[in-house]
Amino acid sequence: MNAHLLAAAAASGHRPVSWVALIVVIVLFVLVAVIGFLASRWRTAPSARGLHSLDEWGLGGRGFGTWVTWFLLGGDLYTAYTFVAVPAAMWASGAVSGFFAVPYTIVLYPIVFVLMSRLWSVSHRHGYVTPADFVGGRYGSRWLSLAIAVTGIVATMPYIALQLVGIRAVLTVLGLGSNSNPLMADLPLIIAFVVLAAYTYTGGLRAPALIAVVKDLLIYIAIIVAVAYLPAHFGGWGGIFDAAEKKLSATNPATGAPFGAVIPGAASFNAYWTLALGSAMALFMYPHSITGVLATKSRNTIRRNAMVLPLYSLMLGFLALLGYVAIKAGTQPVDTNGAINAQLVVPQLFLDAFPSWFGGVALAAIAIGALVPAAIMSIAASNLFTRNIYRDFFKRDATPKHEANVSKLVSLIVKVGALVFVLGLDQSSAINFQLLGGIWILQTFPAIVAGLYTRWFNKWALLVGWAAGIVYGTITAYDVINPTTHAHFGGSIAPFPFTSSPVYIGVSAFVLNALIAVLGTLVLRAFKVRDAGDVTRPSDYGADEDDPKVAEIERSEPLLEP
Amino acid sequence: MSAPDVPTRGPARVAPYLIAGILIAIAIVMPLVVPMYATAKPALWGIPFFYWYQLLWVFIASGLLGIAYLLMRNEDRRRRAAVRGAAHSEEAGR
Repeated sequence: MNAHLLAAAAASGHRPVSWVALIVVIVLFVLVAVIGFLASRWRTAPSARGLHSLDEWGLGGRGFGTWVTWFLLGGDLYTAYTFVAVPAAMWASGAVSGFFAVPYTIVLYPIVFVLMSRLWSVSHRHGYVTPADFVGGRYGSRWLSLAIAVTGIVATMPYIALQLVGIRAVLTVLGLGSNSNPLMADLPLIIAFVVLAAYTYTGGLRAPALIAVVKDLLIYIAIIVAVAYLPAHFGGWGGIFDAAEKKLSATNPATGAPFGAVIPGAASFNAYWTLALGSAMALFMYPHSITGVLATKSRNTIRRNAMVLPLYSLMLGFLALLGYVAIKAGTQPVDTNGAINAQLVVPQLFLDAFPSWFGGVALAAIAIGALVPAAIMSIAASNLFTRNIYRDFFKRDATPKHEANVSKLVSLIVKVGALVFVLGLDQSSAINFQLLGGIWILQTFPAIVAGLYTRWFNKWALLVGWAAGIVYGTITAYDVINPTTHAHFGGSIAPFPFTSSPVYIGVSAFVLNALIAVLGTLVLRAFKVRDAGDVTRPSDYGADEDDPKVAEIERSEPLLEP
Repeated sequence: MSAPDVPTRGPARVAPYLIAGILIAIAIVMPLVVPMYATAKPALWGIPFFYWYQLLWVFIASGLLGIAYLLMRNEDRRRRAAVRGAAHSEEAGR
C-alpha cells in the first residue's frame, strides 16, 4: 500500500480495509479459538473433566511446569496494551514515560525470585487460590482479606478493558471500525470477546496457557523480523535516534516545554527509577500474576522462570525502540475521526513497512496478545470474588464444585463489564482507571509481602495503612493536570510529599502506607491490643510439592488453633 | 494445644543466602541508578549508552539470578535432606 495514499485516506478518517492482512488476522484468530475450546481436555485427568473445582478451572490443575509457565506468564505480563502503549509513549514523549518499562521488567524478576516461592509454598500447603486467601489465613481477618480482594478486582477491571483498547487499535489500522454505524464498527470487537468468554468458561486457565504459546511465538517472530529489518531499512540506529531527538526536543505549544527527551534530564531521574521500581513491586500483587504463580507445579518453578522470563523484557525493549523507528519512518497514526492517536503507531508501522500478509501476522500477534491476559485477568478476578467475597461473606460452606460454577459465571460478567466499559466510556477513562489501578494494587504490597515473612504487623494497622495509601494516591493522581487537555488524572508522577522532586505517586502512597502500618502496629502493641489468628505455620513457607498439604496433615493429626 | 509443627526444612546456613541476597540486590539496584547511565556516549551501533546499558542488564540480571538459584537450590536440598533423614532415623529407632 502506498503510504501517501493511505495517509491521505486516513486524514479524512476513512481507511480502506487491508484485506490480505485482515484475512491473516481472521485465520489466526480462528486457529486460536479452536485451541481455546480444545484446552479443557489438555492435561486433564478423566475424573477432572468439566473442571469442577477452582484448582482445576482457575489454576489449570496446579501442574504447570517451567515451559508452560514461561509462555503463560510471558503472555500474561506482557499484554497487548503494553505492546501498543509503550512504543506509543516513546513516539509521543520519549524515554521517561516509555523506556522505564525496561528497568521495570528487569528489577521485577529479582523481586519475584525472592517473594513468590514463599507465596507458592504457603498457598500449596493451604490450598489458597488468591492472594486474599493467603492474607485471610495469615491474619485471621475477613476484612483485610476483603480489602485485598476488592483492590484486586477493581484494579484488574480497567486492565481487562485496556486489552480491548489494544484489539481496537489493531482493528482500526486494519480499516475496520470506520463504519458509520457504531454497532457495526464495534461488532468485530464484540465477536472476539464473546468467543474469548466462551472458551475461558469451558477451559479455565488451560485455555490462555495454550493460546499463550501461539501468541508468544507470533510476537517473537514479528519483533525479531522488525528489529532485524527496519533499522537498516531506515538508515541505521544512529539516524533513528537523531530523528527522535529532533521530534522530541521540539517545543510543545501547549506547555512551552519540549515534548520529551531521548536521554532523560536530571530533573526526571527520580521519576524514572520510582516508576520502574514501583511498577515492578506492583505487578506481582495483581491477581492475574499471582494466578500464574499459583498454577505452577513446584516451589522452584517460579524461580527458574525468573531467570528466563527477562527474554521478554529484551523483546519489550526493542519494541519500545520501534516507537523511535516510527518517528524516522514518518508513520502517521491517524484515528478514524481524523485525530492523531499515538496508540496506532506500532500497528501502523508494521502495516506500512511490511508486505500485507506479514503485517497481518504482527497485527494478529497483538490482537491475540490481548486475549491471553484478558482471559487470565477475568479468571483471577472471578476467583477473588468467589473465594473472598461470595464464600467468606455469603456462603461459608460452598463446595469446590459450587465455587467453580460461581467463578465461571462471574468470569462472564467481568468480561461483559469490561466490554461495556470500553464501548460506553471513552478510552481515556479506561487509561485513567488503569493508572489508578497500579497505584491501588501497590497498596496491597505491605500486607501480602510482610505476611510472607512475619506476623509482626497488626492487621488493623495494615488495613488503615492500605486505606490511607489508596486515598492519598487517588487524590494526588486526580490533582495531576494534563498540560494539553487540562483534564484531571494527567499522569502518574507528582512531587514526593514535602519535596519538589517528582516521583511515581504509587511509591509515595506506598511509603505512607508502610509508615502507618509500622506506627499503627507499635501503638496497638503499646496498648496491648489483641491480634490473634494465624492458621499458617513456619514450616508452610518452605514446603514443596512433595510435602503433605494441610488437609492431609489434619486428617492424620488434627491441627487445632494455637 | 495444637499438634507440633513438623518442619519441612532443617536449619539454614547463612552463607548461601547472604551471597544470593547480595547478587539479587545488585540486580535490583544497578538498573535503577539513573544518573550513572543517563548519557548518550559511548554509543553502540548508533544506540545511545542509556539504551544499550539497560538492555545489557537484562542478561546480567538473568545471570545473577541463575547463580543465586543454584546456591539456594543446593542449600534448600540440603535442608530438606536434613529433616527427612532425621525423620527416617527416628522411625527406624521406634
